[in-house]
Amino acid sequence: MSKMAPPEEVMKVDYSTPAEPWMDVKPEFKLGNYSYPGKPDVLKYLGLPNPREWDPTQEDWKLPPDWREIVTDGFRELLKKYRSLKVFMDVCVRCGACADKCHFYIGSGDPKNMPVLRAELLRSIYRGEFSVAAKILGKLSGSRKLEEDVIKEWFMYFYQCTQCRRCSLYCPYGIDTAEITFLARDLMNRIGVNINWILEPVANCNRTGNHLGIQPHAFKDMMDFLVDDIETITGRRVEPSFHRKGAEILFITPSGDIFAEPGIYTFMGYLLLFDYLDLDVTWSTYASEGGNFGSFTNDKWMKKLNAKMYHEAKRLGVKYIIGGECGHMWRVLNQFMDTMNGPADFLEVPKSPITGTVFNNAKSTKMIHLVEFTADLIKNGKLKLDKSRNAGITATWHDSCNTSRGMGFFDEPRYVLENVVEKFVDMPAQTIREQTFCCGGGAGLNNGEFTEMRLRGGLPRGNALRYVQEKFGVNTMSCICAIDRATLPGLADYWAPGVQVTGLHELVGNALVFEGEEERTMNLRQEDLPGVEGSEEDE
Amino acid sequence: MAGLVTAFLAVVALAAVAALGAGAGMANVFGIAVPYVAVAIFVAGFVKKVIGWASTPQPFSIATTGGQQQSLPWVKQAKFDNPSTPFQTVVRMALEVLCFRSLFRNTKLDNRPEEGRVAYGSDKSLWLFSLMFHYSFLIVLFRHMRFFLEPVPMLVTGVEFVDSILQIAAPTLYLTDVFFVVGVTFLLARRIWDPKVSYISLVSDYFPLFLILAIALSGIYMRYFAKVDVIAIKQLAIGLVSFKPVIPPNIDWSFYMHFFLVCVLWAYFPFSKLMHLGGVFLSPTRNLPNNTRMVRYINPWNDPSIKPHSYADYEDDFREKMIEAGLPVDKEA
Ligand code: SF4
Ligand code: SF4
Repeated sequence: MSKMAPPEEVMKVDYSTPAEPWMDVKPEFKLGNYSYPGKPDVLKYLGLPNPREWDPTQEDWKLPPDWREIVTDGFRELLKKYRSLKVFMDVCVRCGACADKCHFYIGSGDPKNMPVLRAELLRSIYRGEFSVAAKILGKLSGSRKLEEDVIKEWFMYFYQCTQCRRCSLYCPYGIDTAEITFLARDLMNRIGVNINWILEPVANCNRTGNHLGIQPHAFKDMMDFLVDDIETITGRRVEPSFHRKGAEILFITPSGDIFAEPGIYTFMGYLLLFDYLDLDVTWSTYASEGGNFGSFTNDKWMKKLNAKMYHEAKRLGVKYIIGGECGHMWRVLNQFMDTMNGPADFLEVPKSPITGTVFNNAKSTKMIHLVEFTADLIKNGKLKLDKSRNAGITATWHDSCNTSRGMGFFDEPRYVLENVVEKFVDMPAQTIREQTFCCGGGAGLNNGEFTEMRLRGGLPRGNALRYVQEKFGVNTMSCICAIDRATLPGLADYWAPGVQVTGLHELVGNALVFEGEEERTMNLRQEDLPGVEGSEEDE
Repeated sequence: MAGLVTAFLAVVALAAVAALGAGAGMANVFGIAVPYVAVAIFVAGFVKKVIGWASTPQPFSIATTGGQQQSLPWVKQAKFDNPSTPFQTVVRMALEVLCFRSLFRNTKLDNRPEEGRVAYGSDKSLWLFSLMFHYSFLIVLFRHMRFFLEPVPMLVTGVEFVDSILQIAAPTLYLTDVFFVVGVTFLLARRIWDPKVSYISLVSDYFPLFLILAIALSGIYMRYFAKVDVIAIKQLAIGLVSFKPVIPPNIDWSFYMHFFLVCVLWAYFPFSKLMHLGGVFLSPTRNLPNNTRMVRYINPWNDPSIKPHSYADYEDDFREKMIEAGLPVDKEA
C-alpha cells in the first residue's frame, strides 16, 4: 500500500470533471486503486479460461486472441438471460440522481465512479455493438467499439464497485449497478480478467468449505481454542459438536468469524448463546462458509457454493438452518438460494424450540438469521441479560449494505442491541438504514493492495461515525457482517480513531447471565469489566 | 458540449424543414403522410421493445428493499418500501410511477472539508420539476383530445376549465403550458449547469429536451400569438383519426411545424431513453416483492446439473485428518 494522506487531506476531494469527454480518459493503474489478478493455478483449479501471469499496470494483458468475440457473444447471451440487464441498458435517462450516492465517487471524485457512468462503460458497448442506430451515430450517441482499453476500464471500475446497491435505492427506475457489475465481472471472467482475492476464496470454499482454506482439523483446533477462551472468561465449558447427524439445527456463519479479531468474539457469543439455551445445534467444517464469494464471480459459482448449505443439511438430517452474522451471505440467501438450490423440502419450517415462534418469513428457504432468532428470544423474555457488562460502551449501529438493501433487516438488530447495551445512538439519518453507506470492502474488495481506495471509499461511513463519536461519545460500532468486521476496524482507525468494532452476538455473549454462574470479571475480549476490582478503566 | 450543440442544431433543422416545407405547398406530406408513418413507427417500436423486455426471463428476484422487511409479528414492516405481497408491490409501483417515490428520497452531497464533515442534504428539486414536467405533459396531451373527439367529452372540457382557471390573457392562459415550459427548462438547465450531469450527457439526452421544448414553444406561439384557425386544425385531426384525411386551407405554417416536431417525437420515442415510460414498469428491483424466503422464485434457466463439491469428495480429501482430529466421518479409513 502506498502511503495514505491524513483524513483531513483525503476529505478534500476534487469533484470537478475533466476537460476531455470520459471516453477519452484512460484508466491509470496505481498501487492502491486496483486488486491483483487471479493466479494461474487458481484459475486452472476453477476451470476458468486463460490462466496466465499478468499485471494490470503493464500494456499487454495477454488476452486470448478471440477475446472480442468471447465478450460480445457473452454479452448477447447475458442479454437473453437477464431481463434486468436488458432493461437497465435501455432505460437509464442519465438524470444523475445516482451520481453522488456511491461511496467510491464521494471518496475519490472520479466521475467514472458515479454509478451512472459505471454502467455507461457497459452501455456504450451495448449501443456500439448491438444497436444499428447508435452504430451509425457513433460516438455522438455515446456508443463505442470494444477495444482493449475498454476492458481495462471495466477491470478498473467494476472492481471499484462493492455491489452495495445504494445507487439503486435512489434511481427512479431502480437501476441496480450491483447487477450490472455482477454481469460485467461475468463477462471479464470469460477472458481471464479477474482478481485473485475473489477467485482464491472461491477455490478454497469449494475445496475446504471456507474461504480461508482452513482444513477440517485446523477448523476444529480453532474452535477448541475459542472454547478454552470461553472457559477462561466464564468458567463454563461449552461443548459444540461437529457433523452431528440428527441435530435439530445446522449453524453456518462466515468463516471470518472463527479466524480473526474481532469476528472471533462474535463466534464466542454464538457458542455461549447456544450453550445457554442448550440448543440442539451442530456445526460443519464442510459447510463452514456462510459468505458466498461465487456471487462476486458469476451465477454458476454462486450457485455451486451456495448449494453446500442444503447438501450438508440434508446429509445431517437437520430440521432447519440458522445463519450467522454476514452480509452478502444474506443477500444470496434471501434473494437467490431458494431459486438456485431449492426447494428445501427435506427441511421443516423453522420453529424456535425455546419460544415456539414459527418463522413463516422463512417458510420456503427454511433458513433464518440468528438475529431474528435472538430478537424473538429477548422479546419473549428467554434471555437474562445484564447490560452493565457492556457498560462503558456507547454503541452505534452499522447497517450492512446487503442486509439492508437486499433484505430489510433494520429493527431486529437494533432491538437486540438496545437490550444488551446501556447507551445506543444512531448515526445521521441519511447514512443509516436503507441509506446506509458501505464499508468499502464488499464484493471481494477487502484485500490488502486495495486499502487506499477502500479507505477513500470509507469516507462517508467514517465521517458519519466520527460525527457520533464527537457528538455523543460513541466508542463502539456494532454490525452483522463479517466483511464489516474485517474492514470497519481499519476504517475506524483511519476516520474515527478510538472506535472499536463488534459483532452483535459478541455483545449478547457479554451480557448473557447464566444461572448460578461465577461472577465475570472480563468481557469476551478478556478486558476487565468496568467496575470490577482490578479494573484499569475503573473511574 | 458537442452533444448540446448537435442536439440544438438538429431540432432547429427539423423545425425549419417543416416550416419551409409546409409553406412550399407540401402540406399533404406534413399533414398526412408524416403523422401516419410516425404513429406507425411509435406503436410498432414501442410494442417490440416492451415484448423484447417482457420475453426475457428475470432469473432472480432482486427487489431493492427500502425499509424494514416483513419479520416477526411485533416488528413493523415498511409495507410499501419493502413489500412482501403482490398487493404491496403494486402499491410500491404506483408510488414510483405516480409520485416518483425514489426521486423524492434524493439527497445532495455536501462535502465540507474545512469543517471536517460530509453532509447529505435532502434535495427535492429534481423530484419537483420532473413531477411538474411529466404531469403538465400528461395534461397538455389530454387537453389535445378536444381536437380528435367530437363531441368533446366532459372530462376534457373539465380539465381545460380547471387548467385555465386564472383567466389570464386572451386566449386564456393554460397553467400547464407554463409549468410544462418551466419543467423542461429546469431539466435542460440542470443538464447544462450541473457538471456531474453535463459530463454524462449525450446528444440523446439533449435532443428530446430541445425537441419537447420546441414543441411547447411552437404550440404556445400558435395559440397565443399566431392565433391559428382551430376549427380547421380540428378538421384535419378528425380526418386523420377517421382515416379520411383532408387538408383544410388556411392552416398557418406554425401548425405544421408544431405537428411535425410532435411526429418526430413519436417516431424517435421507441429508439430512445424515452422508453423509460415502458421500462419503469419492468424494473425487477421495484416490481418484485421481497418474499424470496417465503415463496420460491423460479428461474427458467436454472441449471440443475450444477452441484456442490460433494461432502463425500470432501471427506475423501480430508478423511485421515478428520479422524485424527476426532471429527465424525461417514466412511472409516
Ligand atoms: S439514477 Fe437511474 S436513471 Fe438516473 S442516471 Fe442513475 S441509473 Fe440512470
Ligand atoms: S452498487 Fe454501490 S459501489 Fe456499486 S456503483 Fe452503486 S453505490 Fe457504487
